[in-house]
Amino acid sequence: MTALAKIPRASDYTNAGPSIIPAFAGSREREHSMNVTIENLVKDFGETPALHGVSLEIAGGELIALLGPSGSGKTTLLRLIAGLDFPTSGRVLFGNEDASSKSVQDRNVGFVFQSYALFRHMTVFDNLAFGLRVRPRATRPSETVIRERVMSLLDLVQLSGLEKRFPGQLSGGQRQRVAFARALAIEPRILLLDEPFGALDAKVRKELRRWLREIHDRTGHTTVFVTHDQEEALELADRVVVMSQGRIEQVGSADDIYDRPATPFVFDFIGDSSALPVMIDNGSVRFDNRVIAIDAQGQPNGAATLFFRPNHIRLSREGEEGRSIVGTVSGSRRLGDARRLELEIDGQHRFEIDVPADTDFPRKARVAIQPTSWRLYPAQKVV
Amino acid sequence: MSDHAIAAPLNWRAPTNEARPVKAVLIAVAMLFLGVFLLIPLLVVFVEALSAGLPAFLNGLSDPDTVSAIWLTLLVAAISVPANLVFGIAAAWAIAKYEFRGKTMLITLIDLPFSVSPVIAGLIYVVLFGSHGYLGPWLKAHDIQIIFAFPAIVLATTFVTFPFVARELIPLMQEQGTQDEEAAVSLGASGLQVFLRVTLPNVKWALMYGVLLCNARAMGEFGAVSVVSGKVRGQTNTMPLQIEILYNDYQWVAAFAVASLLALLALLTLIVKSALEWRYGHELSNGHR
Repeated sequence: MTALAKIPRASDYTNAGPSIIPAFAGSREREHSMNVTIENLVKDFGETPALHGVSLEIAGGELIALLGPSGSGKTTLLRLIAGLDFPTSGRVLFGNEDASSKSVQDRNVGFVFQSYALFRHMTVFDNLAFGLRVRPRATRPSETVIRERVMSLLDLVQLSGLEKRFPGQLSGGQRQRVAFARALAIEPRILLLDEPFGALDAKVRKELRRWLREIHDRTGHTTVFVTHDQEEALELADRVVVMSQGRIEQVGSADDIYDRPATPFVFDFIGDSSALPVMIDNGSVRFDNRVIAIDAQGQPNGAATLFFRPNHIRLSREGEEGRSIVGTVSGSRRLGDARRLELEIDGQHRFEIDVPADTDFPRKARVAIQPTSWRLYPAQKVV
Repeated sequence: MSDHAIAAPLNWRAPTNEARPVKAVLIAVAMLFLGVFLLIPLLVVFVEALSAGLPAFLNGLSDPDTVSAIWLTLLVAAISVPANLVFGIAAAWAIAKYEFRGKTMLITLIDLPFSVSPVIAGLIYVVLFGSHGYLGPWLKAHDIQIIFAFPAIVLATTFVTFPFVARELIPLMQEQGTQDEEAAVSLGASGLQVFLRVTLPNVKWALMYGVLLCNARAMGEFGAVSVVSGKVRGQTNTMPLQIEILYNDYQWVAAFAVASLLALLALLTLIVKSALEWRYGHELSNGHR
C-alpha cells in the first residue's frame, strides 16, 4: 500500500484568512513542483511543420498559459509535453530527467482534455478512481485509500455528494471540475490543460478561472494550460507564452506582454491596436509626408510600422497639427466608458482612437492625434 | 390587418408539414406494405404450422433429421458469431482509431458480403475447396473434408454475416474518437486496460446490437449454405435447408413447424433488439458530452 500525498481540503482554504495562498502552501511537496524544460521541439505533421524548434523553461509550481490563435501550435506543444504525440526532434525534460523516451503512462502527467473525455459509463467516483485502480498491484492503493482520496478530491473541487452521478448528469462546469480532479488523482508531476474553459459559457468561465487559480495556489502543481482567450491567459497565468505559426513570439508576465510586446504579432494579437506604415529618417518618424512628434525608439532608417493602442493617444493641441497623425472620422461606436472613433487617412489607412464618451465628433471631421505610448517595428515583419 | 395578427393565417402550415391527405396516404401505404409483405406472411407461418393441431406440430419438430438440423444451426451460429465479433471489433478499432493506407478499401471490403449474392459466396468456397477446385486435390490427399460438410457451412455463414458487427461499431467508434482512450492512457492505463475498461464499455450496446443482427442472419442464412452444404439429411442440413426439403416433400406441417421456430427466433431477436435500442438510446443521451 502506498501513501498518497495529502490533499488540501476546502476548509484549509477558507480558514486560511485573507491570503490566497494558505499557510501550508510553504510545505508543498517538491514532487508537485516539477520544473519542465523544453529543448528545441520540432513537430512535423506530414508536410506542414506544426512546431519549429520551440524552447521553454517552466519553473516548478508555475502557472503557464500557452496563448495563440488556432493553428499556432499551442495544443501540439501541450500534447508533446504530455507524450500524447512524439516530437520530430527535440527533448522534454521533467526536472533533470529526459522524458522524451517515456510513454504517456510513465510520464505521470495530469491531462485535462478540452472536451473533458470523461468516461461516460462510469460514475464520477469511478472516473476519479480510474487512475489509481489501473496501477499495477505493487503500487495500487487499497480500495479504502482510494475512496479516501477520491472523497477528498471531490471536496477540493467542491463536488462532494455528486460521486454517484454519471457525467451525462452534470453541468458543463461540473464536468470540467471532475476532469480536473481525475487528473489530480494520479498525483501528477505536472498538470496540462487543453482549453480548460473552452466549452463553457462566459459566466462559468470566469468563476472557474478564479477557482483554477485558487486550486493551483493550494496544490502547487506546475501547470500549463492552452487558451486562445487572451483575457484568460493574462488574468490567470504567472507567465504567458504567446505563440504564432509554430513559434514562440514572446514569453512574459501580463505586464510584459501588454506593455512591451516583443513583436508586431504580439502587439496586434493582444488587445486592440492600430498599425500605420511609417518611415524612419535619422531618428524622426515620418508619416503622410510630415514628421510626427514621437521618438523613433532607436529604429534604423527605412520603412517601419508604428503600433499604438486606441486609448494611448491624446488629441493634438492647437498648433501641433503639422506634427500629428491626422484622419477623418469614418465611424464611431460606444465602447464601455469611452467612444471609439474609426479614422481614415486618404481612404488608405485606418486607425482607431478612444475619446471620452461625452465628446461628439461628426462624420468627416478631421482629428489630429499624438500617440502617448507606441512601438515601432521594422516594416518587413508586419503580419 | 390587425385582426389577423393573433391567429395563424388559414392556409398556413409548418414548413415541414405535408397536407393532411398526403400524410394519410403516406401512412396508409407504409402500413399496407408492412401488412401485406410482413405481417400476413408471418401469421400464415404460424397458422399453417398449427393447422393440424399441436401433436402434429410437435411431431414435425421431433423428427430426428429436424432435430439434427436445429442443432447444426445453433452450432454454426455459435462459431460464426463469435468469429465475426472478434473480427468486427478488430476492424472497427482499426478503422476508427488509426489512419492507414487502404482504409477506404477495407471499409468497402467489409461491405462486400452485403452486396454480393449469397449464392456467389457459396460458389467461391466450392471453387476453392471442392474436389475439382484449387485446393480440392490437396485436401483430398490429406483426407480433409470441407465442402459439403460442417466446415464449409461455417465458412459460408461467417462470410455472409461478416459486416454486421463491424458496420454497427464503426460509425459509433468514429464519432467517439480517441479522446477517452488518450485520457485513460494519460491516467496510466495499459493498452489492455484501456480496451477492457474504456473502449469496450463505450460500445457495448452497439456491440450487442450487432451481435444480435449477426446471429439472426447466421441462423437464417439459406443461399450460401445451400450451395456448400450438400444437403445430407440429418448431417449437413441447417434449419432453412431442412424447411425447403420438407416443403418439397409435401410435408407441409413439418415444414411450417420448423419455419415457425425460425420465425420465433427472429421475433425474439427483434424484441431483444428493441429493448436494447431503448436502453442504448438512453445510455447515449446520458453519456454524451
